[in-house]
Amino acid sequence: MEPTNDQDPSYYHQVVDCQWACPAHTNVPGYIRMIAQGEFDDAYLLNRQSNVFPGILGRTCDRPCEPACRRDRVDGSPVAICRLKRVASDLKGDIADRLPEIPREKNGKRVACIGSGPSALTVANDLLPLGYEVVMFEQFAKPGGLMRTNIPEFRLPDRVLEEETQVILDMGVEVRYNTPITSLRALLDEQFDAIFIGVGAPRGKELDLPGRHDEIDSHIFIGIDWLESVAFGHVTEIGERVLIIGVGNTAMDCCRSSRRLGGRDIKVMARRPREYFKASPWELDDAEEEGVAIIVNHAPKRFVLDNGKLVGMEFEVLEWDEGARHATVLDSVIIPCDDVILAIGQENAFPWIERDLGMEFGEWDMPVVDTVTMQSTRSGVFFGGDAAWGPKNIIWAVAHGHEAAISINNFCNDIPLSERLAMGMNLVSQKMGMNEWSYHNDYNPSPRQKMSHVELTKRFESLDLEVELGFSVEQTVREVQRCLNCDVQTAFNAPACIECDACIDICPVQCLTITSNGPEEDLRTRLSAPATNRSQALYVSDDLPQTGRVMVKDENVCVHCGLCAERCPTAAWDMELFDLQIPYAASSNFIRIGTMSPSGAGDRVRS
Amino acid sequence: MPSITKPLIPLSPLPKNDLGLTIRDYEGAMSTLCAGCGHDSVTAAIVHAFWELSTPPHHIAKLSGIGCSSKTPTYFVRGAHGFNSAHGRMVPIATGAIAANRELTYIGISGDGDSLSIGLGHLMHGIRRNVKMIYIIENNGVYGLTKGQMSASADIGSRPKKGEANLLAPIDPVTMGLSLGATFIARSFSGDKEQLVPILKAAAAHNGFALIDVISPCVTFNDHEGSTKSYKFMRQHEVKEVETDFVPIRAEIRAKIPNDGAIEVAMHDGSLVRFRSVPKGYDPHDRLKVETYIRERHDRGEIVTGLLYVDETASEIHELNATPPTALAKVPFATLCPGSVELALIQEEFR
Repeated sequence: MEPTNDQDPSYYHQVVDCQWACPAHTNVPGYIRMIAQGEFDDAYLLNRQSNVFPGILGRTCDRPCEPACRRDRVDGSPVAICRLKRVASDLKGDIADRLPEIPREKNGKRVACIGSGPSALTVANDLLPLGYEVVMFEQFAKPGGLMRTNIPEFRLPDRVLEEETQVILDMGVEVRYNTPITSLRALLDEQFDAIFIGVGAPRGKELDLPGRHDEIDSHIFIGIDWLESVAFGHVTEIGERVLIIGVGNTAMDCCRSSRRLGGRDIKVMARRPREYFKASPWELDDAEEEGVAIIVNHAPKRFVLDNGKLVGMEFEVLEWDEGARHATVLDSVIIPCDDVILAIGQENAFPWIERDLGMEFGEWDMPVVDTVTMQSTRSGVFFGGDAAWGPKNIIWAVAHGHEAAISINNFCNDIPLSERLAMGMNLVSQKMGMNEWSYHNDYNPSPRQKMSHVELTKRFESLDLEVELGFSVEQTVREVQRCLNCDVQTAFNAPACIECDACIDICPVQCLTITSNGPEEDLRTRLSAPATNRSQALYVSDDLPQTGRVMVKDENVCVHCGLCAERCPTAAWDMELFDLQIPYAASSNFIRIGTMSPSGAGDRVRS
Repeated sequence: MPSITKPLIPLSPLPKNDLGLTIRDYEGAMSTLCAGCGHDSVTAAIVHAFWELSTPPHHIAKLSGIGCSSKTPTYFVRGAHGFNSAHGRMVPIATGAIAANRELTYIGISGDGDSLSIGLGHLMHGIRRNVKMIYIIENNGVYGLTKGQMSASADIGSRPKKGEANLLAPIDPVTMGLSLGATFIARSFSGDKEQLVPILKAAAAHNGFALIDVISPCVTFNDHEGSTKSYKFMRQHEVKEVETDFVPIRAEIRAKIPNDGAIEVAMHDGSLVRFRSVPKGYDPHDRLKVETYIRERHDRGEIVTGLLYVDETASEIHELNATPPTALAKVPFATLCPGSVELALIQEEFR
């Protein structure tokens, strides 16, 4: 194998599994250490820099970081990253004076954001400190987009949503509430310098089965529309027997909301077996804890009506083959119910974009959007969040928002959109003295801490009672210690190595080997412990000075304990803090245009 | 010494040996030797060897004298018996222990100071009596524990970290062992576990005194230019022409060993030491040829390593003394000490 290029930030970045998996590349180990030190403001701000909504995401994130977490490979359960994010948010003090300064003198550029969801708010958050004027168009009377309309209050309290959206709006966004955009052409006529479209995927999928449109009154609902009505208080009750069709996270929110609005016998109906569910496992657990039944292998066939009144739904009972590709129908059953909520997905809809504006639409009538610049085929019009490529999640919307802001800033300054700063890194040795490090390197065997919930007897008293109570001090202290500090990298300097084997002998997970070089396939079999996890990189050093062999490190289960560096007589191994430098709109301005204020958004919170 | 102990990471599945033990069960306390000490690598090799042999930890007795090397029994097989004796006196203690309980596997760890200076007389008699034990000399050419004075194994011309080059002729444990009639003689290098682990396993199977001289660089006082026991010097001057594999008893049944002219030595317990490659005309049973080969190579500035000499036909200490097959420690007191009447009869025989 070629020697690993550890000067490329992406090598060490991928060692930090959580940060690599996070669409916004949040510095997870960095903020977890800050929590461990009681620096909650710092932890919150470090989060905010990349993911903008730590309080919201600390409750609702899809957590792509957690399945990726190295701790999962070590003891079978990942660090509760999301819960710790919430700790930072819950315990922070007043951070107002540490937010980016907004210049009094504007730069004369006006940007329109359609929608006030996470992607549009991120665009505003990134552009306002640079002197932009941002005008936001919101169809409802309150900001937040999907975060407000589709996430029930028992998961995301209004005060948290309010606080984190308001912080951005207070930077000087001009919000036009109750202003749905009905024509892009009309908006283009308003002569904005750039337009960002972050309208989400607002149309819930229909289930056109017999009986769907034959009701006299209405007891069949589209999931996201129903959640929206609940959020705005238009719906306050539901029948006792409720069927939810679909098993995504929207279905989970629907069934749990139903439970709070009068539902007693609630069934979530799934076509496929459990391992194929779209919902996050923890959301399924939470729903089941609340007495919701999850019924698998039932395919909806028709709505059963009696004199125009919904009385039940007929399902085909399926048996699936291995891999759940083909099903045979075993039987059919009628399950009686009072209400049905359809939560089988959502899609984009752009009836308000005229098709003669030079904006190309592709497959499924979706706008063609550049995956790097977020720009549509009409220059100056950008997309982000679910509006760009269909339903994803909040953290992806934030990531899109950051990229779109960079593009908009370039666009408004006549810089080609392709001119984007690459990611950078800082590496700083953590050595404080003989076997002393500036991080806590001992392995803590604590198991993952379990979130406590409001008691079931009290939970359904009101719709806005938050179920998760947050971590206690004791739980927080244990959970932060579970983080393996993957960002404290094992940095190797081949010329200093005397091949004494000390690091190999001490490594508690046998991830180091000195051996002759070879092709990766062969090398993976010849290590101290065979490197079977192919998704994890092998580090290969330059040739070692004494024998010409190479040091090979299997990154898979390294616990970053630093013992290799402690036992290294020549400091060929060092533990170095990796700090990923993520470019934002402000950082590119700093370099290219030089107009960033000294305390601008590009400032990094150092760990 | 590291700031933390080597953590026990619950990775599953950690491989287990025949006893259901993982390699972590064969470790000991954290080493307090200098980072990069060759002795720690020897410790790691011992851990590997005993784990792979599936030796029950409580069937192992580890003994040592005084010195950096003699600290190391603390760092392997925490479940074993141990005795840290006075300087150079490990052999007499081991001899007594072995006399009393022949059922354990004995491993003595010593250094060039402990074995070749203060303890040289005892070492010679251990060899002479063919005491059944593994005897490792962690040989670094200096007294590390007293700040790096040249030891009795330092080569002529070898320079200490500070001061004058050594003028005295070295004592080479390998050629000395050959001349004293040792029955198992090997030399290895701490930086080469691939060689050392099979040698250790063969030594455990040997019926007698197994002398292993391991060049184990002192990273603090003897790893510089001008040293003849540094990592770099060893890598430049080591000659590995004698290569052996250790074939445990059970593998014999499993796999037929191809007969391609390799030399095989059947060990006392039914296992096999197989010489994979030897120089032309080399015979690991021929004391004179082995010594000639080592001396010739030495004169060319080369250090020969490997399992160099084996004599599995000689009798070990218990056979020489015709003791019973069970450990004396387990023989009932009345049998072991039959009383004054019996003693009188024995004495009568010698009148």
